[in-house]
Amino acid sequence: MSSAVTKDERPDTLRLLPPHLNDVTVDESSLRRFLHGLPGVDPVGVEERAAGLATRSIKKAAKLAAIDLAISMVDLTTLEGSDTVGKVRNLARKAMLPDPERPETPRTAAVCVYPDLVPTAVQELAGSGVKVASVATAFPSGRSSLEVKLAETRMVVEAGADEVDMVIDRGAFLAGRYGFVFDQIQAVKAACGPARLKVILETGELATYDNVRRASWLALLAGADFIKTSTGKINPAATLPVTHVMLQAVKDWYAETGQQRSVKPAGGIRTTKDAIKYLVAVNEVAGPQWLDPYYFRFGASSVLNDLVMQRRTQLEGHYWGPDYVTVD
Amino acid sequence: MSLSDLWEYAPAPESAAVGAIKDRYLPFIDGTFVEGGGPDLVSINPGTAEPLAEVSTVSAADVDTAVAAARRAYTRVWSRMSGAERGKYLFRIARGIAERARELAVVETLDNGKPIKETRDFDVPTAAQHFFYHAGWADKLGHLGLGPAPAPLGVAGQVIPWNFPLLMAAWKIAPALAAGNTVVIKPAETTPLSILVLAQIIADADLPPGVVNILTGAGDIGSTLVNHPGIDKVAFTGSTAVGRHIQHDLAGTGRKLTLELGGKGANIVFDDAAQDQAVEGIVNGIFFNAGQVCCAGSRLLVQESIAEEFLTRLKNRVETLRVGDPMDKNTDVGAINSAAQLARINTLLEAGREEGAEIWESSCALPSQGYFLRPTIFTEATASMRVSREEIFGPVLTTVTFRTPDEAVAKANNSPYGLSAGVWTEKGSRAMAMAAALRAGVIWDNTFNKFDPAAGFGGYKESGFGREGGPSGLAAYLDTDDEPVVGGGLLSHTGVL
Repeated sequence: MSSAVTKDERPDTLRLLPPHLNDVTVDESSLRRFLHGLPGVDPVGVEERAAGLATRSIKKAAKLAAIDLAISMVDLTTLEGSDTVGKVRNLARKAMLPDPERPETPRTAAVCVYPDLVPTAVQELAGSGVKVASVATAFPSGRSSLEVKLAETRMVVEAGADEVDMVIDRGAFLAGRYGFVFDQIQAVKAACGPARLKVILETGELATYDNVRRASWLALLAGADFIKTSTGKINPAATLPVTHVMLQAVKDWYAETGQQRSVKPAGGIRTTKDAIKYLVAVNEVAGPQWLDPYYFRFGASSVLNDLVMQRRTQLEGHYWGPDYVTVD
Repeated sequence: MSLSDLWEYAPAPESAAVGAIKDRYLPFIDGTFVEGGGPDLVSINPGTAEPLAEVSTVSAADVDTAVAAARRAYTRVWSRMSGAERGKYLFRIARGIAERARELAVVETLDNGKPIKETRDFDVPTAAQHFFYHAGWADKLGHLGLGPAPAPLGVAGQVIPWNFPLLMAAWKIAPALAAGNTVVIKPAETTPLSILVLAQIIADADLPPGVVNILTGAGDIGSTLVNHPGIDKVAFTGSTAVGRHIQHDLAGTGRKLTLELGGKGANIVFDDAAQDQAVEGIVNGIFFNAGQVCCAGSRLLVQESIAEEFLTRLKNRVETLRVGDPMDKNTDVGAINSAAQLARINTLLEAGREEGAEIWESSCALPSQGYFLRPTIFTEATASMRVSREEIFGPVLTTVTFRTPDEAVAKANNSPYGLSAGVWTEKGSRAMAMAAALRAGVIWDNTFNKFDPAAGFGGYKESGFGREGGPSGLAAYLDTDDEPVVGGGLLSHTGVL
């Protein structure tokens, strides 16, 4: 695991697809044939594997290392209708200095906010190395016209967002209109310019692991930098087996294209224990080269407090109550 | 970030103290732990190759004593007791196993060498389940379809192997007792400890003396036991060679016999399979308990059109298996049970090399002491090679390709064994057709190595006969006019075959 937070430019900016994958996206029916030709996912098997890996016992130095890594992977998120400038400022400060008692604690990867709060986040985080991420494209449903989605994307990028979290149109995906979804992702990616694009599949609405695999490949083919599980507005949000399927997809994508893409589970990850289970999955399903905030993120808010508390516990040998970390 | 290139999991060892290993263990005869008349044996911890505990073994005279005690208990107590009462004892034993689960897991791992993850999550809970399941049958024998009140056989002589010491004890003891028999059982020489902890649980359950007798010793004691004239029923799990001897010896004695012997299971992957989960199933099939499983999926048959990609995925996955200290909670593959078994596996690996099979092994590091082997795959092992035909009983997979379902069936059935098989396909009709065509007692569809006390388990051909588990397993311990075992007549509807 390298010091990834500060390292921005990665080799996968070169996005040419191998010729055999170019053919896949020429039209709707080619895309459908390709996605439906992917090997299926057996739910019993993938859930058993996820449950098995979740029994790994991570202790001592390995645990402390995992906590630090997990903190550096957090996209500290607030996506409420009631969000205020003050709340985003507070969140930004927390992202830069998660534990004021222990300033050596790693900062988080990013702060994730609604579009209108991007300027606030940009201002607060300037020069810190913490990225600004914004949801866009008619989040959380994705039910709007392409024009509106692109306009919103341009708006957040112009306001200074480093990363854009878009949602796919699940209605179109579930109706089998893969070309439509593909075109929208591609167009949003183009509108992102230098910003990295996270494509939210909303796996809770896709319902089957086969759909998750297909949607993952669809997003990767269309140029997603990240594939992300959920908006956090739908239950279930991220689960371990779903994340297994997505980690397998980026691993397979890497084998196929040589491009290393990223994964972001979001929603439902609340404790250090949860976070470590995800890191074990990253380590053993995708591989250790994904144990890097550039390639893996947690979309979460409350998990940061637990990580900070557990970090202090590891270092000081006793537990800290929730009153010793800041409430968001 | 302060992390180096790889995230190393810190050792997470289970505490050996939980096992409360004693210096010396005694056989259990007629309700008490007694000094055996044979020489002491030393049980070795395969994870370290160091002595673990001494065990007093029995003499031929002790076998007489145990069989006489079992007979006494049968005629005076156990066969007269109501099924509901027998069931209470079995429930009590099941609860005892569950209560001492952590201790039993540690004892089993120290004595057998399998990872604590397996003993904790599989061996011990499944052993408890077998007692719970059969406890429920004890007062319902009239509903087995074997007549209104099927009678027990008498005294059962049982010999079990070292690969699942506690679980095999449960598989043997629970149905025998539920059916109303009494038991004299001999664990394997290298793994006597967990069943002697079970003996304590049985004693604590106040089971009447003599209903279960546990005799420690080597193969000669096993031979004395199964040939003892006071035995009415013999059940053996172990190698085909020994099973053949037993069948020869028992021919004409009128004693009932069930044999659960070796295997060379075919795990068949079609091109439409859910590949990542099929990889998991192949790994589970051959590296579970380091392949020391009679129903291991030791032959991979993969459809030619996906073979190359599939083997790449499989090797990548095998590389992630953590091989090492069985007591570490993160160990996936533990130790081989004994130096002798390690030598046997190595002999076959050498034979494979000499016969020209291409050999691949995981690059994992092995502990400096203890009996360990790297997970190994022979690619393109032709059917004539010894490694393809003989049971290796170790973490060694052979692979061949096929093109059509018929070819897969022909290759899978081309074995003297017929215990288990796996079929990996997303097409239900093909899975059903394969299951009907494969000559194996247990066929798993899109999974492998799944065990349930309600499901019968047993083999075809040189894998033995008779079933364990489910109604058919109970029938093997009951006096039935016709032979209902091996999938015959009445029991075909029980889902065994």
